[in-house]
Amino acid sequence: MSAGTLPVRTRVAVAATRAVNALSRHAGAGSGTVAGGNVGLALDPLLLERLAAGRPMALVSGTNGKTTTTRLLAVAIEGALGRAATNATGSNMPAGHVTALAATPQGAPAVLEVDEGYLPRLVASLGPRVVVLLNLSRDQLDRTSEVRMVANKWRRALSVSPATATVVNADDPLVAWAASGAASPVWVGAGLSWREDAVGCPSCEGRITFAAGEDGGWACACGFSRPRLGVRIEGDDVVLADGRRLRVALALPGRFNRANAVMAAAAAVVMGAGWEDAIRRIGEVDEVAGRFAVVGVAGCAARVMLAKNPAGWRELLDLVCPGERPVVVGINARVADGRDPSWLWDVPFERLRGRTVVATGERRRDLAVRLHYAGVPHRTVRDEVAAVRAAWMAGRGTTAAGARARCARSPHLAASVEGEVDFIGNYTAFTDLMARATRTGT
Amino acid sequence: MSLEIVVVHPDLLGTYGDGGNGVVLAQRARWRGIGAELVDATSGEPLPTGDLYCLGGGEDAAQTASAERLRDEGALERAVGRGAVVLAVCAGYQILGRSFTGADGRARSGVGLLDVRTVKGAGRRAVGELLAEPADDRLPLLTGFENHGGLTIRGPDAAPLAQVAAGVGNGDGTEGAVLGRVIGTYLHGPALARNPALADLLLSWATGRRLEPLDDVEEAALREERISAVRERRARHRVRHRVRYELGSS
Ligand SMILES: [Zn+2]
Repeated sequence: MSAGTLPVRTRVAVAATRAVNALSRHAGAGSGTVAGGNVGLALDPLLLERLAAGRPMALVSGTNGKTTTTRLLAVAIEGALGRAATNATGSNMPAGHVTALAATPQGAPAVLEVDEGYLPRLVASLGPRVVVLLNLSRDQLDRTSEVRMVANKWRRALSVSPATATVVNADDPLVAWAASGAASPVWVGAGLSWREDAVGCPSCEGRITFAAGEDGGWACACGFSRPRLGVRIEGDDVVLADGRRLRVALALPGRFNRANAVMAAAAAVVMGAGWEDAIRRIGEVDEVAGRFAVVGVAGCAARVMLAKNPAGWRELLDLVCPGERPVVVGINARVADGRDPSWLWDVPFERLRGRTVVATGERRRDLAVRLHYAGVPHRTVRDEVAAVRAAWMAGRGTTAAGARARCARSPHLAASVEGEVDFIGNYTAFTDLMARATRTGT
Repeated sequence: MSLEIVVVHPDLLGTYGDGGNGVVLAQRARWRGIGAELVDATSGEPLPTGDLYCLGGGEDAAQTASAERLRDEGALERAVGRGAVVLAVCAGYQILGRSFTGADGRARSGVGLLDVRTVKGAGRRAVGELLAEPADDRLPLLTGFENHGGLTIRGPDAAPLAQVAAGVGNGDGTEGAVLGRVIGTYLHGPALARNPALADLLLSWATGRRLEPLDDVEEAALREERISAVRERRARHRVRHRVRYELGSS
């Protein structure tokens, strides 16, 4: 369908969406991703459905990894389907979706990150070709979203959508349950490092037992168990149902990004891409919305990472430990972060023992108490940029020469850095630091 | 001596970071040279024997499952009978009462260690900072974060833990309940990280000794920040209210 066949009301709404976004970008009032979409939806409440019509579409949802997986999937299908409409900045509710679709030609493919709560509604109204279900675990504690309830809502929506395929992390019992009534699920063994939210069986309220080891399956006495895997990860390889084995070489760090990459590739294949082509394209992505990028902060090369909940923190602590660089941890508790930082006690900060650690952010004192009980000596510094500087000054094991050598891919940054640090922040602590960092132009 | 500190059903009652209470108790004992063993007692195994038990907050279905398990087993009541100390938070607090409301709206039996019962509140969920003046005047102000939809009604045998200074608590101006060595509260944060004096009170009950003070600089800084955050918000609120009143009447 070309734009010419859209109703007049919709065409006006599209024009308004683009105009408002251009204006707000110009005025510097944010990246212009939500304001325009809201105006468009006010003019035409069916705008999202109309913009979605006729597009090959993928939706990506889950507690962790959705922004990364969305980006990887958009990149993976580019060879087969062309450039996709995608909400790259993580505005994952309908206004952000409208903005993403309005910015591309009607009919272009779309890969949308979707907030867990909105997924059922969008599955029903947009009829996507594939839905990617990553994982479900506790997130912002003062929101009253109970993960089990979310899983049940996903299940209801997917079981009445026979035209929608699913790519599902079979290692997470909650998402496996959500997809248990879905049409043609692709079961991926993508791993689950956070099991605390998954021990209650979603089918019978009994207990799920996990087999020992990382790669073990799971089962409940009621018979609900991990489905037979269609796609497995073995070391650096992905192994397909037909026995084919492909090397997954990624520029992004960490085991969890390997899982995101394989989920994205499996979805790309459902969309019509080839495995080899999808994996090759995914392998070249080296940062996602700034995450894992190396940025300049007060003369330091800071590797910046975002963790939004205990499962995400656990993954990132795995990534930075062992290591020698000083670590800066930034914690806020604004509405977008969840206002209760009690979850800090679910994070194994004990792993940072022996490192130079600086606590920063508006809730650095909650973090300081947590580190104190974890036996991790630390300093607290109110200002995030000053915290990065302080961490490097107090740190051991990194030299200016070493830091510059490791910044070789960013000559622009390498010329000026004197040291390097790892920064992990929760949502607004991360975005606050990024707003003040020097990007490297990668 | 060595203290056995049991975190009860972290697989069911671990949603709000309250497992941190066990960590705080164990560390504060160790820092004083008292041995402490921290045990995560998941719901699939029998509840181990301990000196201190911590229960935390959890989702509705998990709360019901945990309560059933504890009632069937009877091990927690036996431990309390032997003099064990219990700190129960939020869903855990409700479990220790006589009854609470399940996800389906039906009343469920609790363990009955506290003379309280909890019903569904009529209004909005209580979510926010909670500040309370403890009944025991050896304790300083209690600070924490509450997040619950329950209204807890105390019976004649349940003394309140504190009077609410800001927030909701039980819903009648009081917060929590105490009977002997069993304490129930709505304070997350976790409670003992933000109120080390309460942690020391529990430890002194469990050890039977007076404990020397620790150097609680970080805890003091956190307490000061949270308590003044609540007071500033209340002051701003009062000013807004006053301005509205004066504008309205002019
Ligand atoms: Zn079951």
